[in-house]
Amino acid sequence: MLDALSDRFNAAFRGLSGRGRISESNVREAMQEVRTALLEADVHLDVAKQFCADVIEDAIGQEVIQSLKPGQQMIEIVNRRLIDLMGPVDTHLMMVDPGPTVFMMCGLQGSGKTTTCGKLAALLKKRGKRVLVVAADLQRPAAVEQLRITAEGVETNGPGSGEVGFHGEPDRCDEYGKAVGAAVGVCRRGIERGRKEQFDAVILDTAGRLHVNDELMKELEAINRMLTPHQILLVVDAMTGQDAVNSAKAFHERLAIDGVILTKFDSDTRGGAALSVKHVTGAPIKFIGVGEKFDALEEFHPERIAGRILGMGDVVSLVEKARDEVDEAEAEEMAEKLAKGKLNMNDFLKQMKTLRRMGPMKQLLGMLPGVGSALKNVDIDDAQFDRLEGMVHSMTADEREDVKLLGKSRNRRIARGSGTQPNEVNRLVKQFEMVQKMTQQVAGMGMKGKIGAAREMARGGGLPGAGGMPGLGTKGTTKTQSLKTGYKQRKRGKGR
Amino acid sequence: MRFFRKAAGAIREGLARTRSILGAGLRSLLAGRRLDDDLIDEIEASLIGADVGVKATTEIIGELREAVRKGELEKGEDAIDFLKSRLKRRWDEAPIDIAVADSPPTVVLVVGVNGVGKTTSVAKIAHTLRAEGRSVVLAAADTFRAGAVEQLAIWADRLGVDLIRGAAGADPAAVVFDAVDAALARKADVLLIDTAGRLHVEANLMRQLVKIREVIARKIPGAPHEVLLVLDATSGQNGLQQATVFGEAVGVTGIFLAKLDGTARGGIVVAIRDALKVPVKLVGVGERVEDVQPFDPDAFIDAMFAAESESASTS
Repeated sequence: MLDALSDRFNAAFRGLSGRGRISESNVREAMQEVRTALLEADVHLDVAKQFCADVIEDAIGQEVIQSLKPGQQMIEIVNRRLIDLMGPVDTHLMMVDPGPTVFMMCGLQGSGKTTTCGKLAALLKKRGKRVLVVAADLQRPAAVEQLRITAEGVETNGPGSGEVGFHGEPDRCDEYGKAVGAAVGVCRRGIERGRKEQFDAVILDTAGRLHVNDELMKELEAINRMLTPHQILLVVDAMTGQDAVNSAKAFHERLAIDGVILTKFDSDTRGGAALSVKHVTGAPIKFIGVGEKFDALEEFHPERIAGRILGMGDVVSLVEKARDEVDEAEAEEMAEKLAKGKLNMNDFLKQMKTLRRMGPMKQLLGMLPGVGSALKNVDIDDAQFDRLEGMVHSMTADEREDVKLLGKSRNRRIARGSGTQPNEVNRLVKQFEMVQKMTQQVAGMGMKGKIGAAREMARGGGLPGAGGMPGLGTKGTTKTQSLKTGYKQRKRGKGR
Repeated sequence: MRFFRKAAGAIREGLARTRSILGAGLRSLLAGRRLDDDLIDEIEASLIGADVGVKATTEIIGELREAVRKGELEKGEDAIDFLKSRLKRRWDEAPIDIAVADSPPTVVLVVGVNGVGKTTSVAKIAHTLRAEGRSVVLAAADTFRAGAVEQLAIWADRLGVDLIRGAAGADPAAVVFDAVDAALARKADVLLIDTAGRLHVEANLMRQLVKIREVIARKIPGAPHEVLLVLDATSGQNGLQQATVFGEAVGVTGIFLAKLDGTARGGIVVAIRDALKVPVKLVGVGERVEDVQPFDPDAFIDAMFAAESESASTS
């Protein structure tokens, strides 16, 4: 999803890591790429500038200058900064006692307020709350109807012991534009009903409006002033561009929003709006909307998105996707293997079959750490995977365990067995090794601390040869892992 | 025959309502300064701020630097006309008229991601066509989103046009099938098809759209005559992605740039024009049904650089 940004970061730091010691100018040069990457991800210009300035300050402070693996350390610094900028995570939904807790949703047209109301109601229902949704969008035709159907759908099909009620006054729509405060009235009566019928929460679905529409913004202010909702949530389309900053700022200045919900995050947007909105409002990003189902409101995980941005892949999302197709134990096993970078041809074959059930291969592989960028220009025809399966089937058990065994003669045999050409077998092995290596590389530096350990190791002379071998310098924080790493190195050495 | 002829005169007025975040700031920035590197950096930032995108911006700024180096430009103020001309050049010979079928009905398929304003845009197009005295049939092929059919039904009622609808959850292709029949039977001038919003990454939903297109083409060879992608003017660089994927799936022939009445400049259409050569055909500039205009690149680009005070005085 956030592949392209990952590419940029990787490109920026690839250059950096090839140079041994880095200077201030190295960092600046690389950050220029980072800035471009952020802008292409729709991060607002000012935010991007600020971000880069902060990272440069961090980098040239002390940590990086003396290090031997600047690229990876830079990624860690950028990663930390990204997380800082988007966090801290606060997905808590404050509830008042006695109820009802009043939530007010606001945002631009088409940001997904009504859908999000349904999702929020579903979330609260799941937590056993009684929720009343109030249709205060009297402007868009059939918006009241849409919310009613949505609420009924959640009530009927949503899980949880709670309950979802609906308050709408469709006949008030005619008053809209004529009678000032029609929406305020609907909200007031909705809240009153919520109180009388002892609902735990009331969600006000307001009409979408442009932040420059003074009249409509005043309406929101009136609702806020007269009915004082407990939490005001701004709904923001994750695909928004540079203007996200302007609208978020305007809503925030008038309403002092308490939280943000980012919608449409299941698109391939790079989601720079997340950074921008958080930066200008300071309000926490509470949830992200992914998908059109009611349970599609997820807690916001800045580290996951930062991880995607930095090309560390999104193994967690992949596993979540896999959960639909494979059982839990298998999913865990797979995640572990991916995270450790310990793939062999058998796993490859097994997963290829499972993965193919889950969706287009390119999209799925893109979630693997480091693979996204490698696949960027590779056009993947899913039918091609039949041939790949054939080739793996033609390998012996030993060969599948360790592809290093393969050589010219074995490749010829496999090609004959699978009706392919030796160079195709060769290519498969090459590609597999690439994936394997990258998974190992990035898995090694995915977590905080590992890098610190690697740095210590590098400084103290550490593992002999570790610094010189690409991709192996950062392995291992714990003893066991270091040992495994050492073993792997020896084995590789023998193979070569 | 041209659609939207009558509306053409109102463009400037409409676009003037859009606010310029670019113009006012940029003009004061440029006033009385020489075009040095610092200033060019600031200009670059302004283009980025309008969502023009890094690639297109880099190209345009490159041209600007070159011109400055050659001594063609000196003063800060000169930059605006230069940028305008370079941007306008990108729209050379763009067919911005809505395609018209040789024999009616002209079939217009409206597509886009969720929440960009497809239904409202369909209503706006229908209104204009009605005002031009053309007969219109609407097809409510968004059978997915709750209330979507009702939303279009209310518009159809207000505008006095026929609406073909299916039950909620019905196969949208079936609705379209019926709608094409109805449009033929009623000898309508235009059949306008509103589809469900779908994220371009949803392969199945994109296939559904391809199916709709095929249904239309089987009924009327050469149709749909126009496939309009509705794009939110606030959308960022993902807009290019949307245009690419929708283009590959159903052959987008034009863009309806909606919500140009906020502070967003819709600069992404520059990037789209560069990469895909898909022209913007119509723009939505307000919340009323009459707030739609044919796209005029000159007016669009002028508005992009207009000082705010200028915009206000002309509206």
